[in-house]
Amino acid sequence: MMADFDWAFFIEVLVGGLLSGVMYSLVAIGFVLIYKTSGVLNFAQGSMLLFAALTFVSLVERGVPFALAFVITFAVMVLIGIAIERTVLRALTNKPPITLFMATLGLSYIIEGAAQLIWGTQVHGLDLGIEDLPLDFGGVLVSQFDMFAAAVAAGMVALLSIFFRYTRVGLAFRAVADDQFAALAVGLKLPWIWATVWAAAGIVALVAGLLWGARLGVQFSLSLVVLKALPVLVLGGFDSILGAIVGGLLIGAAEKLAEVYIGEYFGGGIESWFAYVVALAFLLIRPSGLFGQKLVERV
Amino acid sequence: MAVVTADLHSTQPSYRWLAPAALIAVAYLVVPFIGSTYLYEAILVPFLALSLAGVGLNLLTGYAGQVSLGSAAFMAVGAFAAYNFNLRVDGLPLIVSILLAGLCAAVVGIVFGLPSLRLRGFYLAVSTLAAQFFVQWALTKFSWFSNDSASGVIDAPPLTLAGVEFTGPVGRYLFSLTVVVVLTFLAHRLATSQTGRNFIAVRDNETAARIIGVPVLKTKLLAFAISSFIIAVAGVLWAFAYLRTVEPAGFNLDRSFQILFIIIIGGLASTRGAFFGAALIVVFPLVLSRLGSFLLGDLFDSGVLDMSQRIVLGALIILFLILEPDGLSSLWGKIRRRLGSAVAGRA
Repeated sequence: MMADFDWAFFIEVLVGGLLSGVMYSLVAIGFVLIYKTSGVLNFAQGSMLLFAALTFVSLVERGVPFALAFVITFAVMVLIGIAIERTVLRALTNKPPITLFMATLGLSYIIEGAAQLIWGTQVHGLDLGIEDLPLDFGGVLVSQFDMFAAAVAAGMVALLSIFFRYTRVGLAFRAVADDQFAALAVGLKLPWIWATVWAAAGIVALVAGLLWGARLGVQFSLSLVVLKALPVLVLGGFDSILGAIVGGLLIGAAEKLAEVYIGEYFGGGIESWFAYVVALAFLLIRPSGLFGQKLVERV
Repeated sequence: MAVVTADLHSTQPSYRWLAPAALIAVAYLVVPFIGSTYLYEAILVPFLALSLAGVGLNLLTGYAGQVSLGSAAFMAVGAFAAYNFNLRVDGLPLIVSILLAGLCAAVVGIVFGLPSLRLRGFYLAVSTLAAQFFVQWALTKFSWFSNDSASGVIDAPPLTLAGVEFTGPVGRYLFSLTVVVVLTFLAHRLATSQTGRNFIAVRDNETAARIIGVPVLKTKLLAFAISSFIIAVAGVLWAFAYLRTVEPAGFNLDRSFQILFIIIIGGLASTRGAFFGAALIVVFPLVLSRLGSFLLGDLFDSGVLDMSQRIVLGALIILFLILEPDGLSSLWGKIRRRLGSAVAGRA
């Protein structure tokens, strides 16, 4: 039976899975940024993604040049980040994480509602100018668009890593992530840092929103990609960018392979929950994820 | 998170049962005679079902501190299990179907509660989403659950209890009321018993709880089982008494969030909080749509209404979290104290 196993096809599925995993990672990185610095699982990340993509598409459809639309959306996302800090986060400082999580649920309702109230609920097509032609690598077909998305993700991770490691702002981010009170004590301005982080998450949402939007069309269901990113986060650890990448790759590959090779035994459609099962199975072995911080218990 | 203190030192006779007893009396003796069909069908029955779901989730999240984002899945398990027991076992009384459905959900709850033995906080919350997606997938995928009905939508059986058939809006209301009163009473008793105190100990500090001898793993799974049981019965009410049809689509992620909102807005670890929260969640959209069409008239089409409802609901949640983090229940307590001192001051 193993003799007639189609290895080229297997590799094709694997590579396709890994590349779609990168798309999950893109969404997951936005979560990680915010979780690292404020300890909140930001459920509004998906709606921010929808808002960014919808704003961009609507601007382009109204004749705004591509680059300008990008800059405007960029600015809007930064403003939203600042507004969220001013109105929500500042008022909820020092509240338990579950309270903040609920607040981000509320936020996601507001942002989703606002996005569709402003721009309407119809589906928009988004053409980034990259043709989705399969490239042939020695018999293995790989989507050109997926390669592009992977490159963008890699670039973004590199930028974020450099930013975190070598700039003063990045250092401040890391300090806040380490210990909020200590960061306050040495004079770091927490509100400013949070606003910056949320703005950065907004920009990640914009990039992810454009790539996902080009894939699925820009519409309400775009905000549901968070549900794809959550198992990635659980697997990789909520506070690790590297974890988001590796987790995304693992989940993407596992999901595609499962869909192709064992999906038929379940009657198909298993992708809605399979990623969660992979993440859970993994967590039973390592409860803090691949790269998450170890929990130290004190009484 | 609300702080719960056990009332150990109170030696005075307590009259705390008076207010709920009076409310129940009004609900049974007055409400059935004064309401309109609309009141029962669109407000009271969904309110009761969601309150019960809130009571169930509150045991798990409010008392035992395990955040669950999969409540709607357990409602679905309840509704479908009760439907199938009723359909496939001849002569089984409805009440037994409902209890068996609750037990099914309790087993499912234990299975999906297993990760709680190793995971905490958001990791656990996300893992409960697995229940949400898996159950919804299974119920849509295997048509056996919906008796191979082509549309996947099926009629709920009539509500009978001890030979009495509860028909019409008032009947369905009384049936729901009875189920909710009994289960809420039991849940409240449980929450104030040693088991409830174990839940609280696990929530507040797991390690400390383990050291004083609370069986943490057993307590967590028990919380999942009991909470799932109650939420499943709420699901039966939702499907049988409110919608009068059983379909998986109604038990989606939004419903899970809705139940979480109910206990957060109402107040964690508070039985009356679940009722306050449910009242707000049920009544608020109705008020908003009335208000919207009144203020803006034709300008307000259903799409706009839907969107603005989302926005206002989101804003309301955030506002609540900022202004009254302990929920409506604690707000009610404050109002009562103030009223009480005003009355005392005048006397």
